[in-house]
Amino acid sequence: MAAAISISNLIKSFGRTRALDGLDLTVQGGEVHGYVGPNGAGKTTTIRILLGLLRGDEGHAELLGGDPWNDAVALHRRLAYVPGDVNLWPNLTGGEIIDLFARLRGGVDRARRDDLLQRFDLDPTKKGRTYSKGNRQKVALIAGLASDAELLILDEPTSGLDPLMEVVFRDCIQEVKAEGRTVLLSSHVLAEVEALCDRISIIRLGRVVETGSLAELRHLTRTTITAEVAKPATGLAELPGIHNLQTEDGRISFDVDTGRLEDTVSHLAGLGVRALTSHPPTLEELLLRHYGDEPAQAQEAVAEGSS
Amino acid sequence: MTSLTGTTRLIRFILRRDRVRLSVWVLAIALSVLGSVASFAETYPTAADRQTRAEVLDNPAGQLFIGPGYGSDNYTYGAMTANEMLPLAAVAVALMSIFLVVRHTRAEEENERAELVRAAPVGRLAPLTATLTVAVGAQLGLAALLTIGLPASLEGLSTTGSLAFSTALAGVGVVFAGLAAVAAQLTVAARGAIGIASMAVGGAYLVRSVGDMNDTALKWVSPFGWATEMRAYVDERWWPFLLSVALAAGAVAVAVAINRQRDVGFGIIAERPGPPRAARALGSPFGLALRLQRATLSWWGVSFFVLGLLYGGIAQEAASLYEDIDALEDYLVRIGAADPADQYLALTASVSALMAAGYVIQSVLRARSEEAALRAEPMLATPVGRHRWLGSHLMMALGGSIVLLLAFGLGTGIARVISTGDAGELPRLIGAALAYAPALWVFGGLAAALFGLVPREAAAAWGVLAVIAFIGFLGPILQLPDWSYDLSPLEHVPTLPVADFSVAPELVLTAVAAALVGLGLVAFRRRDLQT
Repeated sequence: MAAAISISNLIKSFGRTRALDGLDLTVQGGEVHGYVGPNGAGKTTTIRILLGLLRGDEGHAELLGGDPWNDAVALHRRLAYVPGDVNLWPNLTGGEIIDLFARLRGGVDRARRDDLLQRFDLDPTKKGRTYSKGNRQKVALIAGLASDAELLILDEPTSGLDPLMEVVFRDCIQEVKAEGRTVLLSSHVLAEVEALCDRISIIRLGRVVETGSLAELRHLTRTTITAEVAKPATGLAELPGIHNLQTEDGRISFDVDTGRLEDTVSHLAGLGVRALTSHPPTLEELLLRHYGDEPAQAQEAVAEGSS
Repeated sequence: MTSLTGTTRLIRFILRRDRVRLSVWVLAIALSVLGSVASFAETYPTAADRQTRAEVLDNPAGQLFIGPGYGSDNYTYGAMTANEMLPLAAVAVALMSIFLVVRHTRAEEENERAELVRAAPVGRLAPLTATLTVAVGAQLGLAALLTIGLPASLEGLSTTGSLAFSTALAGVGVVFAGLAAVAAQLTVAARGAIGIASMAVGGAYLVRSVGDMNDTALKWVSPFGWATEMRAYVDERWWPFLLSVALAAGAVAVAVAINRQRDVGFGIIAERPGPPRAARALGSPFGLALRLQRATLSWWGVSFFVLGLLYGGIAQEAASLYEDIDALEDYLVRIGAADPADQYLALTASVSALMAAGYVIQSVLRARSEEAALRAEPMLATPVGRHRWLGSHLMMALGGSIVLLLAFGLGTGIARVISTGDAGELPRLIGAALAYAPALWVFGGLAAALFGLVPREAAAAWGVLAVIAFIGFLGPILQLPDWSYDLSPLEHVPTLPVADFSVAPELVLTAVAAALVGLGLVAFRRRDLQT
């Protein structure tokens, strides 16, 4: 299947702040693509450019085979968008807002709409101003999920949802995926990304620093090993690819580059292993490695217009 | 009293947030009053001039729009100041109080900032108390400026009279601060609270006017009446101010009692559930724009119709008075031997067109508030193009201007048909009002162009309207050059029913409006959305 989203070397500045700094991103048709990164990394800016709400300064962006800026209206017939910051019209009810968006996209599918209302447990008769943050988010989600658009662009869609609703959301996305539709899911909830996404792109300071399936990303990084050994853990620190080594009463723990796993394990064998646990890096650890180690620099990236 | 904890800090916080807004309100009101008063010396240099002026105003129309006319038999500068400046300044002061109080009470609750504040060590009544303190403080500040400024602006204004004038104004301001505090307890929406309080202003003004026109006790029912009944500069009485203080105190007591009981974010008037499904009309950008603006447009429309009825109803009387005055007869001869009633109607049509320009600008700028509140973003992520989205709001603004003019023309027309028995008045006066439509579209186009080009500064359209209104009202007094009048689109409209209709200026105005709207649409299509 052709790429649903293809961005190369995209640059966008707001005044003196560079929000996107040579961003590359590819989302294949039919996949659920996780888009993760810290606040201000440029996730929302990317999405707004894809929606034709902002115009990139330089570089190339293509959405469903069209130009996001020039072909905005035609492309929007084929996608649905759920914003991260949901502001509803204070005097319109949730039901009215859901219908409005459905009609703008071509028509209301009543069965689907009512099903979603029930699953998300939303009262459609309340006015926009009286919904809580979570319920505002639900209105936007239902409006987006009620359409049969081939591409869903979701910007942190579950912020404000409770764990029960989070499960409903995951079910909905699984269904969308089963129908062969494409999803770009920007998220902070890493468990959600791990559970739903085929591929993941990690953005930092306006650049995608890593992209691939979770398995591929893990391969590039470190495995955490904890062991109890009989002999003193000599020589381990000198091995290449060992990080964060900690020794305590015969208990050792360290991270090892995945490519150095074999050497490390054979060295361990010589130490008299009594117990051994190893686990692949979680997405959280992947992310911390990518943008947790240089907090000062990451803060500079807090860019206008993205959150 | 723990319920007041943090009041002082909140007062400083409000002053910090509103340091510009509040200063602009106070200075704008003070300078308008002082500037107008200072111009009296030039406009009415002799006692005879002033006496002529008093005669013009001593009629029901005068009492409706000006004051009750104390001191008309010896119309000194002081009597003139109290009679002609006090009622309108009192309306401005009342609105200042309403906007200030609702902004810092109900609006804060509606957008959930109040929760943040109340979660801090801040007492239950502290936000309301702090807001009212600032509101009263602003009134006292304005009163001090006027008490000092009035005698300095015009020779002959006594200090005692100036103090009475300022006290009368402050009385009105304090009353409506109290009433706004009550309104803010009632609704969940800040707009609703402002609506209720503004209706109180309109009602009180009308009651005072009717009371003055017939000189009945009705004027004592209105806070505006208490202000004029202080008879500043003529025969000062101080006790009506106590009525203002008493009403304000009562209103504050009610507001405090409700505030103490109710939950944060909730009102006394419960939010009713709405329709679970959208009506058929709500399915397009225009359907949404109509839905968002229809309440506002209806209120404007009804007001314009009533205003038309009033103007039309008093046209004959007002005109016959103008006829009796020598000074004005020259003026009438100079601009053409038209019927004096027509002169009056032409004047009122242009004044209401100026007010309608306010609607048009407000309506266009709705697009800007939608954009800034991030509500344009999801709309524009649907298959709705930029032009269609902005065009929907422009249709409400430009189409709404026709509705308002029609309502006004209908009002004047019906009133005139009743008073003259000539059915031909109706189409004639509707036509006279509608002639202003292209000029109003120019205001709409200006706001649209600003929205497209400099969205964050689009509110500058209000500044343009303010300058045009200033030139229109004070230009003759300040003897501004002729070209300054030509800045206003309204100036180029044929002054029906006095002048003959001519197509050329209407076409030019329409073309200018179209060019500005086009500029706005193109610029908006080319720019980023901006919050």
